[in-house]
Amino acid sequence: MSDKDSLEARPAVGQPVLSATHVTKQFRVSGGHITAVDDVSVDFHAGKVLAVVGESGSGKSTLARMLLRLMPVTSGTISYQGKDVTHIKGAELRKYWRDVQAVFQDPFSSFNQFYTVGQTLRRGMGAQGLEKETLEQLIETCLGYVGLKPGDAVHKYPHQLSGGQRQRVMIARALMMNPKVLLADEATSMLDASLRVSALNVLQDLRENLGLTVLFITHDIGQACYLADEVVVMEHGLIVERGTTDEVIFEPKNEYTKRLLADVPDLKGSLKVSKDF
Amino acid sequence: MTNISSSAVVAEAEGPLVPVGLPTEPKKAKPGWRSLNFGSRMWIALGIIGFVAALAFIGPLFYPFGPDEKVGSLYDYPTWMNTPPTFEHVLGTENFGYDVLAVLMASARTSIIIGLLAGTIAVVIGVAIGVLAGYVGGWVEELLMGFTNIVLAIPSIVILILISISLQSTNVPFLKGAVGLALVIGITSWPWTARAVRAQASSVATREHIDVAKLSGARTPSIMVRDVLPYLASYAVMAWVLQLASAILAESTLSMLGLGPSGANSLGKQLFWALAFQAVATGAWWAFLPPTIVLTMISFGLLYLQSSLDEVFNPRLRRGKKKNLAKAAARRAETARKLAENQPVEVNA
Ligand SMILES: Nc1ncnc2c1ncn2[C@@H]1O[C@H](COP(=O)(O)OP(=O)(O)O)[C@@H](O)[C@H]1O
Ligand SMILES: [Mg+2]
Repeated sequence: MSDKDSLEARPAVGQPVLSATHVTKQFRVSGGHITAVDDVSVDFHAGKVLAVVGESGSGKSTLARMLLRLMPVTSGTISYQGKDVTHIKGAELRKYWRDVQAVFQDPFSSFNQFYTVGQTLRRGMGAQGLEKETLEQLIETCLGYVGLKPGDAVHKYPHQLSGGQRQRVMIARALMMNPKVLLADEATSMLDASLRVSALNVLQDLRENLGLTVLFITHDIGQACYLADEVVVMEHGLIVERGTTDEVIFEPKNEYTKRLLADVPDLKGSLKVSKDF
Repeated sequence: MTNISSSAVVAEAEGPLVPVGLPTEPKKAKPGWRSLNFGSRMWIALGIIGFVAALAFIGPLFYPFGPDEKVGSLYDYPTWMNTPPTFEHVLGTENFGYDVLAVLMASARTSIIIGLLAGTIAVVIGVAIGVLAGYVGGWVEELLMGFTNIVLAIPSIVILILISISLQSTNVPFLKGAVGLALVIGITSWPWTARAVRAQASSVATREHIDVAKLSGARTPSIMVRDVLPYLASYAVMAWVLQLASAILAESTLSMLGLGPSGANSLGKQLFWALAFQAVATGAWWAFLPPTIVLTMISFGLLYLQSSLDEVFNPRLRRGKKKNLAKAAARRAETARKLAENQPVEVNA
């Protein structure tokens, strides 16, 4: 993170850093196919938090996995910093993965249970050829950043950590790669309420202090509005609504969005408070 | 023969599905009951295997006669059947006048070594092919599994016999012996393991930690070794135990056909000579019964060990069973209550 070059390489705030253009994903299933993501175009602006909201099964994770290049697209284009990355592979893809990182929903299955936290964190850095001391320093910084005691955590196995601690380790892992974009796919939904708030605050912090572009995926429009600058609403693989957070909350155009908002009665009040500080 | 390992493919659905005399409140059942039961299974298996291993590797250190030492003539009775009884040659002599027990110990040792070697070769090949196919997928998987199925479809006994015969006519001494036989058995018996491991590996490949490893910049070989293999280790151990048993049986089959390792004793060769010298027809049971019993003990012990390992490595299997048992018990209790209260009972409930 103290790496000056990559800070300078970061595009100016407001430019699209990552974008999906007419992206579609179909899965073959018995007796035909289903369209999980249907002709979706969306831009991620540097230094902003964009939330993708939708009920379970609306295609959010599929979209995220395509953006992450963990799953091929059926059609459409993914571009990063103006460059088409839809079909890159090998070393180029690994380079892309340094810039675009993710934290997933299940903080347990995200871990290789046979390795300690330290081994998991060091894994990614081996390829970058850092010196041992720099590496340990980096681990310490990143674990500290998410509020974990480095000396404690590095020797632990995933099953010795709580769900919240595991999720923080995963955030630390992503941070160590010094990414420019962070995708959080339901990263807070398996945490209980108090941990969720602190995880959300960590993400908030990252955006403010590190200028990270965050894609925040959730089924909970309340969380989305708490964190995001812009909100995109997905239903059955389609984007049905998009706009700034205030637009989506105060002037929703789509019926589905209105229904999602109706489930969170206190949203408007609590949002004003949280945005005031 | 090698088909034994097919049980590694099928998740075992053994055990009583509708046990009799269930407790009506399964939660109050004695907590240690299951684990005690499974523990004893494991100990019985290890006991049997340990006994045979001791016979093969420790026995010869204390037994006064060697397997190449002529101590009598064709099929001398066990000495405890003489008057007065002695315990000099407890199992009598075999066709060449060697002490049966001494030969038995040497044979067991060769058979175990062949089994270990062949089983290890089979598991290494099977796991390598299975992980590669299951993790990489696509045309690599098609190709490797196509090849595996072809090898599986060829009757392996035919291949075994053909290769064994051709090895026996080579001039390379080490290929004629136990090592050659182990190689032949090993390279013909991996397909079952490969298939079982492939299925497992492709399911591990969908776990999120694989995606995380990719995002961390790990390359495919590193992911296969560090992120897929450890999740298959328990599986590989069980496959190895089965391959061991089937390799030992394969060795005895080949040896009984006269294709045994030259220059070494083996359980199958012992049976071969006993048959060739009319032991069965003349009632010389001490010549053919002991190797048969030792063979049975080895394969029974290994199969039993495998099924108890299955429960150790798959706690879900145990819990799943328990849960099913509990559910079944609850259902029966409910039905019984309804019957008792003269309420209608759904037939298919
Ligand atoms: N690998 C897959 N194969 C087949 N169908 C899939 C696969 N992954 C997701 N789907 C389907 O695609 C749709 C969208 O799933 P997903 O992107 O996981 O939704 P979300 O993350 O919004 O809950 C669902 O109907 C799901 O069943
Ligand atoms: Mg999802």
